[in-house]
Amino acid sequence: MTDETILKIENIDVFHGTFQALWDVSIEVKRGEMLALIGANTAGKTTLLDAVSGLRHPSKGSIQFEGEEIGFLDPYQIVELGITQVPEGRSVFPDMTVLDNLLIGSYAASARKRKAENLEKVYDLFPRLEERKRQVAKTLSGGEQQMLAIGRGLMADPKLMLIDEISLGLAPIVIDEIFRALHKIKATGITVLFVEQNVNRTLKEADRAYILERGRIALSGATADLRENQEVKRAYFGVDTCEVK
Amino acid sequence: MGSVDVFTPVLMGIMLGGLYALIALGLSLVFGVMRLINLAHGDLVILSSYISYAIFTYLAVDPILGLVITIPFMLLLGFLIQKYILGRGFAISSETPLIIAFGISLVLQNLNQILWTPLSRGLNTSYSHMSFFIGERQFPVSYLLAFLAGIVVMVGLRAFLTRTYMGRAITAASQDKRAAQLMGINTNRIYGYAFAIAMGAAAVAGVFLGMTFPFTPTSGISFLTIAFGTVVIGGLGSMLGTFLAGIILGLSQTLGGYLFGSASQMLIVYVLVLAILAIRPHGLLGR
Ligand SMILES: Nc1ncnc2c1ncn2[C@@H]1O[C@H](COP(=O)(O)OP(=O)(O)O)[C@@H](O)[C@H]1O
Ligand SMILES: [Mg+2]
Repeated sequence: MTDETILKIENIDVFHGTFQALWDVSIEVKRGEMLALIGANTAGKTTLLDAVSGLRHPSKGSIQFEGEEIGFLDPYQIVELGITQVPEGRSVFPDMTVLDNLLIGSYAASARKRKAENLEKVYDLFPRLEERKRQVAKTLSGGEQQMLAIGRGLMADPKLMLIDEISLGLAPIVIDEIFRALHKIKATGITVLFVEQNVNRTLKEADRAYILERGRIALSGATADLRENQEVKRAYFGVDTCEVK
Repeated sequence: MGSVDVFTPVLMGIMLGGLYALIALGLSLVFGVMRLINLAHGDLVILSSYISYAIFTYLAVDPILGLVITIPFMLLLGFLIQKYILGRGFAISSETPLIIAFGISLVLQNLNQILWTPLSRGLNTSYSHMSFFIGERQFPVSYLLAFLAGIVVMVGLRAFLTRTYMGRAITAASQDKRAAQLMGINTNRIYGYAFAIAMGAAAVAGVFLGMTFPFTPTSGISFLTIAFGTVVIGGLGSMLGTFLAGIILGLSQTLGGYLFGSASQMLIVYVLVLAILAIRPHGLLGR
């Protein structure tokens, strides 16, 4: 991790119609780090990622990527800049083959010229995708679909990768594999921001974390410090453990 | 009926089905990508028939050759309709484009009425009334041409949708719009391309329809009905399914006529559509 800020979210409010999902949220992401966003269901994690991806626009505040304001851009423009999102529930294109799913990942003009190179990288990272490249995506297991979704995201040649609900519904052994891949992705210089509900696991894997509660940032810091934090211990590892465990 | 063996209605049905599929492919594409039942589709096909008629009558250009004008014209018209009329409707609500499409349908019918009068027209080329023979049996060449055009357009659309970046983007947007946006696909622009391409297919359909059947400004409605049945049976959005469904409809029409008399042939088609929907609500090859 460097000290250079790659993404800076400052005091944003985001609404779904009249419902306010995010309140005055500020987050800073450093280039090359692995950052986690933790929070219970409906805390607003997906809304935050969607605001960065341009699917939602903040009504207040600013989002800067590499120093440029991006809060008003459309999703396809955000992808061109080098931000990719691996959506919640994978959302692979069910009736397309694995290979076509990966190729569509490199749709952005900025990614097309490095298509062959990135495809090789994805196959190196997840050899199973190469074995199944002619298979239709909906026939893959949940873990394989997550690998495909991450691989498809890498095909966009991103500088910043947002991953929503990274381990939801996956078997422990698959989760291990996904996190190993994530560390390899980070090692290639891609900044990773992931959403995860398993606090224990997150605090082991990420460099820093933000905790979102009902649309507001409740806590943030280096994961090493958060592990020792009394508030975190009480809220997430205490006797009255809540649903996020 | 007794003098004709069953081979004749079977081959006629298959060829007719190719034409039905050709008419339905554009409707299927638009529904698959935009979730819009384009109520103006039949009228846009008939508009293409009239444009070919004009090119043929006033410029004396063969309608099939005339496709070099008709296709680009319809591509452009489709893109503009989506960009400036339907696209704005999508921004309002998901039902608005349906109502807009109905409006376009009425406008086109009246426009065609004014431009061409309500008289029945046809693309009567030197070859459209020729026959070919298999043994003693006689078949219209126009049916064969329409069937071949149906195959060419179906295969072409499939290749386009699976092999090119733009085609894959259209496919992706039809399967998961949100994910498509996250792949850097400008879905609004993709809708414009998809609608344009559907209109390109409609242009081809209009030419071969015009060589096979006489048409009037209101013919679009009956062909929309047939196309809708075809698309529904085939499974909305599936090109191969649409093609097979066209053949099923064509066969049921000609065989129905053969077995029960021509008065009941369309009734049989519609009963079949309902029966297939009752058994397979998502169509034969539907998702
Ligand atoms: N499209 C929507 N329309 C209305 N409310 C929404 C919509 N999407 C999310 N919300 C609401 O916004 C809040 C945050 O949702 P979300 O960002 O999906 O949370 P998380 O990803 O943390 O589970 C929730 O209360 C949810 O009900
Ligand atoms: Mg979520």
